Amino acid sequence: MSQSPAIELVGIDKKFGAVHANKNINLSVAKGSIHGIIGENGAGKSTLMSIIYGFYQADSGEIRVNGQPIAIRDSQTAIAAGIGMVHQHFMLVDNFTVLENVMLGAEGGALLAKGVSAARAELKRLEKDYGLEVDPDALIEELPVGLQQRVEILKALFRGAEILILDEPTGVLTPAEADHLFRILGVLRDQGKTVVLITHKLREIMAITDTVSVMRRGEMVATRKTAETTVGELAELMVGRRVLLRVEKGEAKPAGTMLSVRNLTVKDGRGVTMVDDVSFDVRAGEIVGIAGVAGNGQSELLEAIAGIRKPASGEILLDGQPIDRVDPARLRDLGLAHIPEDRHHMGLVLKFEEYENSVLGYHRDARYGRYGMLDLEAIRKDAMEKIEKYDIRPPNARLKTANFSGGNQQKIVVAREIERDPKMLLIGQPTRGVDIGAIEFIHRRIIEMRDAGKAILLVSVELDEIRALSDRILVMFAGHIVGEKTADAGEQTLGLMMAGIAA
Amino acid sequence: MDYFDILISVLGSTIRLSIPLIFTALAGLFSERAGIFDIGLEGKMLVSAFASACIAYLTGSPWIGLAGGIATSVAFSLIHGFASITCRGNQIVSGVAINFFVAGITIVLGQAWFGQGGRTPQLDASGRFSPIVLPGADAMRGVPVIGPIYADVISGNNILTYLAFAAVPISWWILYRTRFGLRLRAVGENPGAVDTAGISVSWLRYRAVICAGILCGFSGTYLAIAQSASFIQNMSAGKGYIALAALIFAKWKPVPVMFACLLFGFLDAFSNFMQGKSVPFVGEVPVQIFQALPYILTCILLAGFIGVANPPKAGGVPYTKER
Amino acid sequence: MSTASVPLPNWIAYGVIPLLNLLVAFLISGFVVWLIGENPLDALVLLLQGALGSGRGIGFTLFHATSFIFTGLSVAIAIHAGLFNIGSEGQAYIGGLGAALVALALDHYVPWYVTMPFAVIGAAVFGAAWAFIPAWLQAKRGSHVVITTIMFNFIAAALMVYLLVHVLIVPGKMAPETRTFLPGGQLPTLEWVMNLFGSKLEDAPLNVSFLIALVMAFLVWVLIWRTRLGYEMRTLGVSPTAAVYAGIPYARTVIVAMLLSGGLAGMMALNPVMGASARLQVEFVGGAGFVGIAVSLMGRNHPLGIVLAAILFGILYQGGAELSFDMPNITRDMIVVIQGLVILFAGALEYMFRPAFVRIYQTFAKV
Repeated sequence: MSQSPAIELVGIDKKFGAVHANKNINLSVAKGSIHGIIGENGAGKSTLMSIIYGFYQADSGEIRVNGQPIAIRDSQTAIAAGIGMVHQHFMLVDNFTVLENVMLGAEGGALLAKGVSAARAELKRLEKDYGLEVDPDALIEELPVGLQQRVEILKALFRGAEILILDEPTGVLTPAEADHLFRILGVLRDQGKTVVLITHKLREIMAITDTVSVMRRGEMVATRKTAETTVGELAELMVGRRVLLRVEKGEAKPAGTMLSVRNLTVKDGRGVTMVDDVSFDVRAGEIVGIAGVAGNGQSELLEAIAGIRKPASGEILLDGQPIDRVDPARLRDLGLAHIPEDRHHMGLVLKFEEYENSVLGYHRDARYGRYGMLDLEAIRKDAMEKIEKYDIRPPNARLKTANFSGGNQQKIVVAREIERDPKMLLIGQPTRGVDIGAIEFIHRRIIEMRDAGKAILLVSVELDEIRALSDRILVMFAGHIVGEKTADAGEQTLGLMMAGIAA
Repeated sequence: MDYFDILISVLGSTIRLSIPLIFTALAGLFSERAGIFDIGLEGKMLVSAFASACIAYLTGSPWIGLAGGIATSVAFSLIHGFASITCRGNQIVSGVAINFFVAGITIVLGQAWFGQGGRTPQLDASGRFSPIVLPGADAMRGVPVIGPIYADVISGNNILTYLAFAAVPISWWILYRTRFGLRLRAVGENPGAVDTAGISVSWLRYRAVICAGILCGFSGTYLAIAQSASFIQNMSAGKGYIALAALIFAKWKPVPVMFACLLFGFLDAFSNFMQGKSVPFVGEVPVQIFQALPYILTCILLAGFIGVANPPKAGGVPYTKER
Repeated sequence: MSTASVPLPNWIAYGVIPLLNLLVAFLISGFVVWLIGENPLDALVLLLQGALGSGRGIGFTLFHATSFIFTGLSVAIAIHAGLFNIGSEGQAYIGGLGAALVALALDHYVPWYVTMPFAVIGAAVFGAAWAFIPAWLQAKRGSHVVITTIMFNFIAAALMVYLLVHVLIVPGKMAPETRTFLPGGQLPTLEWVMNLFGSKLEDAPLNVSFLIALVMAFLVWVLIWRTRLGYEMRTLGVSPTAAVYAGIPYARTVIVAMLLSGGLAGMMALNPVMGASARLQVEFVGGAGFVGIAVSLMGRNHPLGIVLAAILFGILYQGGAELSFDMPNITRDMIVVIQGLVILFAGALEYMFRPAFVRIYQTFAKV
């Protein structure tokens, strides 16, 4: 006697302009099971879940719930179909109580009084049945993140979700909280609920899921029964056999230590520890690459070194000088340049014309003007020189930066930072959204910097890039450096480390 | 005049002067808790004062006048809502525009329709809300202390006064005991949470703005046909802004709003009383100090020197479903 | 896909849509004029004639425009730094105090062209000082500058009335105002400019502060687009994240921007106080601070646009005054109505027609 799958996706396809986020996805999740979806960033997992939850509409394809095709137009239809989503970024009202947050949208009547007692009773039942304990009268803003997530789960169950989707749920949890979450997911499954778990952490997949699908570059590349596969196989499927970007480079000749990070701990806006007691060095004349799936603390690490985020504790030394409390302007004077991960909001002001962005951060330099004025001629000349040298197209320093392609925008940033001849270069995601030609160009410039004796710290979620450029590779997972490898380390080894399985 | 009589007189003034503040501040409460910043409270008060005075004059009935005042105020609320919610425009500019428009149109239409220099014709007693004498007021007047308070301060007010005070617990009940209120408060803090729960953010905010319009309608009507007997040019005289200050001073909560309005009303009444009188050592206290005091107090609060004022997190920001 | 993110070509976004917004505002105003029994087209002709048809008319128009240029520039500077300064009304009021104190101190001793620079500084410093506290509160304590500046408008009104009634009043006189400034404390009219064009100003108080306003417009342009400070302000205003990245200090930039903004608002006072009435009076700002918000918005926060928008509102003011002579049913308040409509459609509803244009444009672009 076979049951219809709890949820089935047939031929789901979604494009955002030129980006093909989901390519003909087929997925089948059996009722009463926990299904994992694993993949790197940009694989298309979040888009797929947003389609299931009604945020986006697929361009083509069908969604079936319990065998019935359903048109999911908005979150209301999704909720009505029994689909509940626990978002990565919680959708909670901070100054409401747990009870109020759970009831929002499912109050059970125009007057709250009736709904409140029913809700309390239901919360008690959910607590009993699934072990989801939380004080209904606690204020969200006073709860630790793990409990806040529990409220998100309760919200979904309260609305009668039969299918629960969790998007990277353990990113903000301590290991103990994560284990507790898995116990709860197991109970849910045993009680007949269906759980879809999106994660990049192989440990979780192996620990809790019954089946797992692997997504890569918008496609569903494989589905396995968890019991019948291994971390190795999954890592390989996740990372894939791509054309390796090979860059011509000679041996590195590292000199003295330029950057020294000691016991650095960095917390995010919510107080969650994102970088946990990290220590490492970068020497002049070498490229140290930090590999890892996004969300494991690399961004916060880079921001702390770049002076954008205050560390909670620890030391950062640049050429022997402590810089952990120094602001970005001063850091530039000290010879630190930064190609940020987010070029759209941080590295560039898209509304500005190109030449204005070519001096962003260095606009106080005497070269560009004196007595508080800007010497536009000098700036534009400088910008044109960079445009020529870096082959930025169209070669128009007066064009609004938003009108340049992603690759050329990135070249603007790269040109600006590299041409300062800094002692040390911080680079985050240098080739995200950049075309192949520009990628090669940027990589070559980075190698040139290394050969000129600069210290380079590279953060990238593209493993290929890390392996192509780095002399040493550090892998970050859950805020820790879980291992150091040389440039010739194998993909699979690195993939496993990135997914939390120790080498 | 002995001190007790003075007290009674000032208390009576305080209540009279607080009523428009209470209605208007409650209006602002609904709007801002839902995330829509409303500088146009002043304009809505003024236009509803005008509308209610016109209609009361034409129909002879204060209740129909009230209905007209409310309807007009709601209409302008919808304009502000359209600009702020649907068109995602700048909410300050929308409020300023409405204030300008109303300041002009009330005088223009008033002059064109009644030819009295911008005011509306005087209403006789039947066109106004008259004082209501509560049972036993006359009898109790003789009782020491409580008597005069009951007879002259609590009794003898018009129905809108009592409604204003009733509006406070009603507002509280709507905000904290109904589904609508829960959702309204949520949408001003985290519209995303409301959206993902499958509730329309726009419709919710429109309803909040309509509530604000209704309350401003009461406020303006009170000014024109309860407290006075006609509409006079610019009769709101900045009360809309004081109400805004009171709302902020009360940290966007209904019952503190009432007390803040009473406080600011008291300052107004007291300053009227103090005109021409001397205080030892200081001489005559300039009335302007009392006029400025509500605003100064609010600024001190905003600076965080007397507790923290946390406005609704999503206040003033148009909601876009950017993903 | 959301229409808000589709880019429209500049000539539509900066040309067609604002003009359409203006047109709608005028259409509705015309409707109101018709409602009160007058012919809208006649009214429009009379308005334009009154504003531009004579030397006197042009004089008044530019006189009003001068105030709006100052307040418009004031709002624009703050907006470029990402701040909404609604306090220009109050800052202008206090600026008047600064100008008046200088005039009262110097008018016995020196000619106007010596008093003038000090008066400009006085007005600017006082206006800036009035913007300082809200600026500091925003920069250091996160208090929303919109709310604090509104409050300070009212505090300014109370303060100024007190000063004019109790401190600066001429002993023995009834009117709450200072004594009249001697010519050494006045700004002369631009009669000679008018004569160059072969017309007369008559009693229009168009004065030297108009030229100061134009100079300030130029200087503001230089500041915003040609100085480091302007660059930092613009970066902060468009992208606070990029500002952090670029090492631009938040608190200092916010405070400086607000001080400059307050200073420009303060300078507005030169026009009525020293150029027209030659004394400090109650309520001399007369709403110019709020009009400045509309002017800045319509002028897209660019000095050139601000000057043009200020002249537009000047036309409305002066034309409206003339109109109310010829059509008694249309009072000065009608102009306030039109102002409100213009602010509404060119400001708050500026995106109202955008979705329609996006659709039209996309259809044509495909052809």
